[in-house]
Amino acid sequence: MSASGELSIKSIVREVLTYRSGQVGAAILLFLIGLSIYAVIAIPYDRAIALWRGEESCWIEVPRNAMPYWYKYIMRKNLPETIVVDGLRGDPGVIKAVTEIPGTNIKRILLEISFTYDYDDFPSEVNLFFYANYSESLPLIKIYWIKPDGSNIPLISYTIRRPYTILYLTINDDVQKSLLEFVRSNVGEPKEYIEPQLIMFAVNDETMLSAKTAKILKSTGSQIRKYTLRIEGMLFGKDSDLNAKLVVYGKVYGFAGTDHLRRDVSIALLWGTPIALAFGLTSSLAISIVQLIIAVISGWYGGKVDFIIQRLTEIYMIIPFLPFLIMISSLYRLTIWVLVAVLLVLSIFGAGVKSTRALVMQVKEEPYIEAALAYGASSRRIIFLYIIPKILPPMIPGLIGSVPGFVFLEASLAFLGLGDPFLPTWGKVINDAFSNGAFYKGYLWWIGLPSIMLILTAISFALIGFALDKIVNPRLREW
Amino acid sequence: MPLLQLEQLSKWFEIKRTIFSKPLYLRAVDGVNLSLEEGEAISIVGESGCGKTTLGKTILRLYEPTGGKIIFEGRDITFERAEALLWYKRRAQIVQQDPFGSLPPFFTVYRILEEPLLIHQIGNAKLRREMIYKALETVRLTPVEEFAPKYPHMLSGGQRQRVAIARAMILRPKLIVADEPVSMLDASVRIEILKLMRDLQKRFSMSFIYITHDLATTRYFSERISIMYAGQIIEIGPSNNIINEPLHPYTQALLKAIPDPDANNRKIFREVPPGEPPNLISPPPGCRFHPRCPYTMDICRIESPPEIYLQKDHMVRCWLYAKK
Ligand SMILES: Nc1ncnc2c1ncn2[C@@H]1O[C@H](COP(=O)(O)OP(=O)(O)O)[C@@H](O)[C@H]1O
Ligand SMILES: [Mg+2]
Repeated sequence: MSASGELSIKSIVREVLTYRSGQVGAAILLFLIGLSIYAVIAIPYDRAIALWRGEESCWIEVPRNAMPYWYKYIMRKNLPETIVVDGLRGDPGVIKAVTEIPGTNIKRILLEISFTYDYDDFPSEVNLFFYANYSESLPLIKIYWIKPDGSNIPLISYTIRRPYTILYLTINDDVQKSLLEFVRSNVGEPKEYIEPQLIMFAVNDETMLSAKTAKILKSTGSQIRKYTLRIEGMLFGKDSDLNAKLVVYGKVYGFAGTDHLRRDVSIALLWGTPIALAFGLTSSLAISIVQLIIAVISGWYGGKVDFIIQRLTEIYMIIPFLPFLIMISSLYRLTIWVLVAVLLVLSIFGAGVKSTRALVMQVKEEPYIEAALAYGASSRRIIFLYIIPKILPPMIPGLIGSVPGFVFLEASLAFLGLGDPFLPTWGKVINDAFSNGAFYKGYLWWIGLPSIMLILTAISFALIGFALDKIVNPRLREW
Repeated sequence: MPLLQLEQLSKWFEIKRTIFSKPLYLRAVDGVNLSLEEGEAISIVGESGCGKTTLGKTILRLYEPTGGKIIFEGRDITFERAEALLWYKRRAQIVQQDPFGSLPPFFTVYRILEEPLLIHQIGNAKLRREMIYKALETVRLTPVEEFAPKYPHMLSGGQRQRVAIARAMILRPKLIVADEPVSMLDASVRIEILKLMRDLQKRFSMSFIYITHDLATTRYFSERISIMYAGQIIEIGPSNNIINEPLHPYTQALLKAIPDPDANNRKIFREVPPGEPPNLISPPPGCRFHPRCPYTMDICRIESPPEIYLQKDHMVRCWLYAKK
């Protein structure tokens, strides 16, 4: 090794990049770091946490369990995106007419919300949001669904009871009844349960009687025909008013789709990156440093100190680590930084102490240590200036190589439902996906994307670790 | 007052074969008396394994002595605690055998030379710089600006040993122990390095303990020679006396006369006289050399020979010279 010169951090980095594995690993790592920086800048921490908790019902206009946007290209289908037509915002396609009935303070209102629908699949959900202003009596309304073919389906008579109300059209029992009534009287008896949104958007013939055969009634044609939601109603009082917003939820959303709580999964994928990197690196680094210091103390001072540390290490090595950790995390809900601390405590006297001590014993015998003792260097000086710089480089591959282990550990704990209660992490996404039957329902992206992130991270550190190992332990180069 | 005085100095290594067995002792240094004047160079010669290195390291308190006394400048430092020895570590330095291992590989030459100064809190950055450059000049590593930023692996063995010498000298010590300082160097640079050390020793009037197994060179580099055998000094005397009239049969075996026209080369030097060196865990009773000695007498097997002074400055431990 003396012939190849000493290994400074800079030269190590340079040399890592001469290996193919090092290049690939570094490229992936660079990508992950870029992603982390982007995540932290684009979605500040507080905002990420708030979004992930679903505060301010911020996800109400987002479809549940939507596929990633790019599924359109994989499935070669124009999968529906979410359509929002907001009367309050004055979106085009909203017609509003209010007429006062003379001699009374009653107003008739007519609201028509129209939109075109050109997608190759049914929407996932349709909701109607009301913004009402009333003083005396509650507004009374009737809602009609008018398809492009002209069929007009009365959906529900409804009393608006709050200034801000959501009518979940596709869940509402009355709406469902009306729609089924429409099918029975116009086409026939449904062969199976068919969803309300299917009846709302299907071609009116016998194909509509089964979800397998139903065809979408598109807005295209010789002239553009629209879907219309028509609200007729009565308002009471001079200042009374009513506005509505229609949301037709699609089946794709964003880069990574959404989960069962309508949350954009890409937030967890993005924010999971800095968390995973920080957690993996901090744990690995902190544990390596603590073990290094203990190993150096053990090896340098020898005697009783050494004896005690070595026996402690042997005891620690037979303590089952993971069950212990699971026990602690299920008793106390650990945040990620407390988890690092617990990991640290659990591995202070870990196996690393033994291997590092062996290195210390080797370096301790170097003549330059003896020379330092001869010119009066203190033990502390020798440890920090003479021993650690020498044994640090051979430790680096192990340090880097153990990062994936910690990333997976965090994911495993999250998967067991023992993760950090606040942070959006990859493990938690996988946990959510599993507990909501993502495999069974075919929501593969929900499991797949966070898994890919985990694997990418693991591969990146493993490849860099390989390259480092070849540099720091030159004997491996021959293989 | 001599600079350094050793009285019955011993260093025994404890050898434990298992946790439960009684420890055995390897007597690497066993009752050494030696006194060294200020500015004097003495050689310690003996075959490999006789305890030379152990003696040197014990003198420098790199080993804890087992018994006896080390008196330096009149102060007994034998069992002084390490923390109280900083003053001594400034006055006594080492030059090691292996120039490839003796320099920390992650420091530059500059930093290597700065370390002793930093530890002993000497000067400020500017003064230290001057001292380091001067030290490099004295060991003839010039141009100094070129050598100062180099790492040890960029230097040849001889250059490294010069750095090690500069490091030993930079604190202006009173005593340097040089443990086979040239045995791992190319033959071509050995004499050069030895001459350099001798020059510096004289110039700065330091005391020098030159440990070697090479009797041939000692005459030129030290005023006195001491011959070590199995942990003990068996003969000490002025260099010329030892080379020209060796008294101890072991010394005589190390030197064997051969005819040579050049008077200076009339001796041939052997590193190893015939026979096996003794086991230091259970050394032979009486004189430790008697199993290999051609003149063995009865008393040699029973009693260890005393220090016998044939002249005032020539000591030998051999029954042949005992007054009947
Ligand atoms: N640290 C040690 N522990 C045990 N035995 C040692 C140690 N150092 C040296 N010895 C033994 O002491 C004897 C003298 O060694 P040493 O002083 O190195 O001899 P020399 O330098 O003359 O070759 C040898 O037998 C050697 O094996
Ligand atoms: Mg030796």
